[in-house]
Amino acid sequence: MAVTDTFSTSPPSPAVTTKKRFRLKRETVVDHAILILGALFMLFPVVLTLMTSSYDNLAFARSGLQFGWSDQFLENYERAMFETSGFTGQIDGLSMLKNSLILGFGFAIGKIAISMLAAYAIVYFRFRFATLSFWIIFTTLLLPLEVRILPSYEVVQGLGMGNTYGGLIIPLIASATGTFFFRQFFRSVPEELVEAARIDGAGPVKFFIDILVPLSKTMIAALFIIMFVYGWNQYLWPTLITTDEGMFTLVRGIKNIIQSFTDSSSVPEFTVGFALTMITMLPPVLIVIFFQSWFVKGLTESDK
Amino acid sequence: MKRASFSNLWMPVLLLLPQVSIIFVFFYWPAFEALKSSFYLQDPFGFSGTFVGLDNYFTLFQNAEYLRISLFTLVFTVCVTFFSLALGLLFAVKADKVIRGASTYKTLLMWVYAVAPPVAGILGVSLFYQGHGLITQLFAFFGHEFVIGVNYYDTGFALIAVSIWKQVPINFIFFLSGLQSVPRSIREAAMIDNRSSSRRFWTITFPLLAPTAFFLLITNITYAMFDTFGVIDVMLRSEPGNNPMTLTYKVYVDGFRGGDLGGSSAQSVILMILVLALTIFQFRLIERRIHYT
Repeated sequence: MAVTDTFSTSPPSPAVTTKKRFRLKRETVVDHAILILGALFMLFPVVLTLMTSSYDNLAFARSGLQFGWSDQFLENYERAMFETSGFTGQIDGLSMLKNSLILGFGFAIGKIAISMLAAYAIVYFRFRFATLSFWIIFTTLLLPLEVRILPSYEVVQGLGMGNTYGGLIIPLIASATGTFFFRQFFRSVPEELVEAARIDGAGPVKFFIDILVPLSKTMIAALFIIMFVYGWNQYLWPTLITTDEGMFTLVRGIKNIIQSFTDSSSVPEFTVGFALTMITMLPPVLIVIFFQSWFVKGLTESDK
Repeated sequence: MKRASFSNLWMPVLLLLPQVSIIFVFFYWPAFEALKSSFYLQDPFGFSGTFVGLDNYFTLFQNAEYLRISLFTLVFTVCVTFFSLALGLLFAVKADKVIRGASTYKTLLMWVYAVAPPVAGILGVSLFYQGHGLITQLFAFFGHEFVIGVNYYDTGFALIAVSIWKQVPINFIFFLSGLQSVPRSIREAAMIDNRSSSRRFWTITFPLLAPTAFFLLITNITYAMFDTFGVIDVMLRSEPGNNPMTLTYKVYVDGFRGGDLGGSSAQSVILMILVLALTIFQFRLIERRIHYT
């Protein structure tokens, strides 16, 4: 066996140890080199776009992405935020930011509330049709919105929910990811807690509010971050359901940026577009960086 | 399995009502509509339909363009899945190994998770911009004139590259957390048994990561097929033309641009069957994991 081999060999000579140490060191250098390259690979496109967003449009039109920093930064970001554009002339970065926040928060809060209640019913109650409702809910994990996009659009339009926040948010909630997540968590909560609560005379409502919700705090926070980012980053559904420019989200606005790039009448507003791209990206990225541990926990523990 | 603790008649119904009603209106109804209209031929104005049975499906399978798009979707999915898994695993193994700067590397390698696919698309557009995009220039240096949106293969390459970039972080996160849950004792035993770190990895660590890898395989396939919509729409600048695209994008193009309701629905149903197969596969895997861990 290898273990006995290691013990039976005589102590390594000094020459061997230095060689080994050298090899170890070289390995560490290689490891760091790979990680640095990886980090640069992730950063590179974003940093370049950020730098270019401080230039004027001509700079990009003439020579593409820029290495360096110019003096147009504030002006570009101000224009991206406050200058109105679009067909109606009513759309600016600020109104899109507002809609993005409504979508992000509305989706995350709605999803968490609805799925927590459903998971509570499934895990803690004995009732008829329990198995049936379980399957009704979990079948939704099978089909992402993208594959039933056209009929979903028609249903929502038919209900008169086009260009409303409800039409934007609620169909996105119609999937069981959150319910699945809370179900897994509730099942890991010790059963003794329910017993104890019942002995103390707590009913289902009291148990939920006083015991289960406080216990789930970290889980709620983790899921909130994931769902906020997911909602904020939605593209296809908002593209279809919001035709009124006052309802556009920032991510939806990306489509306008790219269309303005092809506008050949004058020099397209490249760098203002890049500025808006940066604004679109910043909130979810900051949230993921700052709440990293919660976010990673939520992601890996749910196995969504 | 936890035993149910409360028995109350109306309470669970009330708790389930919001979720179930949303699901019925916004999930089952549209899914059923898709299935139904895949058997009908709609007139261009959408007023009436004729029952045509499986004709919409037959038309699809005889359509050379649809077959070409299916082939591209296959190549696209395989490339995106393979390379983003490989890169994610490589970075995770290294980040798990280094001592200095581990948390900085972790942050730097995972934040792109929060970047929306269409934002990734716009970054891609600027890098592959015709004439003087950075990567375009790189190709020019090697004597290839890279024309995104015109040359089929160039466009396909750009789509794949951007989609990989966007997907590496999630694989990294899952592989890293999988690696960190490998018990110390196993690692130390492996260290004593085997000097070669690469052999140690392939014989001990990698098999232990297999459940994570399988789970990620499904996640990546789903990502490549559906979540790359934003990347594709932005990089093609909403002008599909003869450019490469995925089956999901084709559903959108035919349904919303072409007004071919029946054909688009039939494509939806084909995708549904594909996802269904994938998910059943995944569920069986999860069940297995619950039993053994």
